[in-house]
Amino acid sequence: MTQMNEPLLRVDNLTMMYGDRVGCKDVSFELRPGEVLGIVGESGSGKSTLLRSISAQQEPTKGTVEYQTRIDGVRDVYQMSEAQRRLLMRTDWAFVHQNPRDGLRMNVSAGANIGERLMAIGDRHYGNIRSNADNWLCKVEIASERLDDLPSTFSGGMQQRLQIARNLVTSPRLVFMDEPTGGLDVSVQARLLDLLRGLVHDLNLAVIIVTHDLAVARLLSHRLMVMQQGKVIEHGLTDQVLDDPQHPYTQLLVSSILQN
Amino acid sequence: MSEMLHAQNVAKSFTLHTQGSVTIPVFEGVEFMLSTGECIALTGESGSGKSTFMRMLYANYTCSQGAIKVFHDGDWLDITTASPHSILEIRKRTLGYVSQFLRVIPRVPTLDIVAEPLVALGTDRKTATDKARDLLTRLRIPERLWQLSPLTFSGGEQQRVNIARGFIADYPIMLLDEPTASLDAQNRATVLALIEEAKSRGAAIAGIFHDHETRDAVCTGSFDVTSFKVGAND
Repeated sequence: MTQMNEPLLRVDNLTMMYGDRVGCKDVSFELRPGEVLGIVGESGSGKSTLLRSISAQQEPTKGTVEYQTRIDGVRDVYQMSEAQRRLLMRTDWAFVHQNPRDGLRMNVSAGANIGERLMAIGDRHYGNIRSNADNWLCKVEIASERLDDLPSTFSGGMQQRLQIARNLVTSPRLVFMDEPTGGLDVSVQARLLDLLRGLVHDLNLAVIIVTHDLAVARLLSHRLMVMQQGKVIEHGLTDQVLDDPQHPYTQLLVSSILQN
Repeated sequence: MSEMLHAQNVAKSFTLHTQGSVTIPVFEGVEFMLSTGECIALTGESGSGKSTFMRMLYANYTCSQGAIKVFHDGDWLDITTASPHSILEIRKRTLGYVSQFLRVIPRVPTLDIVAEPLVALGTDRKTATDKARDLLTRLRIPERLWQLSPLTFSGGEQQRVNIARGFIADYPIMLLDEPTASLDAQNRATVLALIEEAKSRGAAIAGIFHDHETRDAVCTGSFDVTSFKVGAND
């Protein structure tokens, strides 16, 4: 059993170079179960590169990513076999993309989108899969009668919620999110934020969320990392970083928010 | 009375990098102590840094120097050096704060917002919701509003939702930033009663109060932040 105080994920000196160009450089941090880490910074600051390198989608040039697996204890994700890594990504991890089209299969039904992840971990009972899928549609506030509809008939907000259901159905412990509220209009954003916050709390999810929206970062994350030119320039308690920023770039970022 | 919070030789300055890196010194050498059953009024004219000091006590602002020790779970922890994780634990269980601003996710019902701190402490949802109902009733928020988001409420109503949320958990230490500012006489009396109840269960309270009557009614002492302003004693 993992202790609450033991990190679920440990990232050490992670560096990703594209030739001579820095993607991200010397990033280190730990994440505990139930903890939400926000990564903010302008476009091109290395947020998404960092997220991809942590989430085993792109092997870093240098550094390690260690994860507390359910069965084998702490493992370096880039030292695992391809099969082990794929299993981890399909079960214990989840990835919510900014564009739901990148995280959904658009040509199969909503129910099949959710069921697919269950089948990937060996669930074969059609009735169970269907009722589980239905249950998750309900959790993300999509009506049961849409279970057999294609995601392409859903609105953007619904697609995003479906993507979340598809990801969370296997009870992952770590969720990566890349601008999950990005393309949504404000009222839909609020609904999604509320949903995400509830799920994070109820399921004790650890989350790494990349966003350029500081209001989203404030409402969802416990800790905040500010990136500029591939480096983490400030890292701390979310409200402290936003209300009393120390680094010149963070001050610029915070002072550039439009006031309501 | 036992000591719950102790600020030692605390200094604070702001460096504004976006405005020519000018450094604004605010406080130096602050010594402040808070014990169980006390309600200390932070005083000083408008702009003297009362809210800044309170935010430092909550670890919302960093300190440039010194220590702020908080008695949490039987141990003294310095919030100026504690990890974000520890600070969140301290805020969850020891250190309550009623700010002047309500910051919530749109769409979440008032009842849930008020109950949330208790739910986070592990109280079952029903007990937490019952207590939230009690507080909202005492603070005269009409029941027909409980299922709505407080973001649509008037300033005074939002303030009272904030107070209900701040008082729902029995925090050992409470920081109150102008809890009675925009309230009418009846609601002010309710807030004063809540503060008295917190004191009698042994809470250590620091507050900023605009009016003398409130201060005189509930405070056991006062602390003038201006005496620690940089240059105050030159």
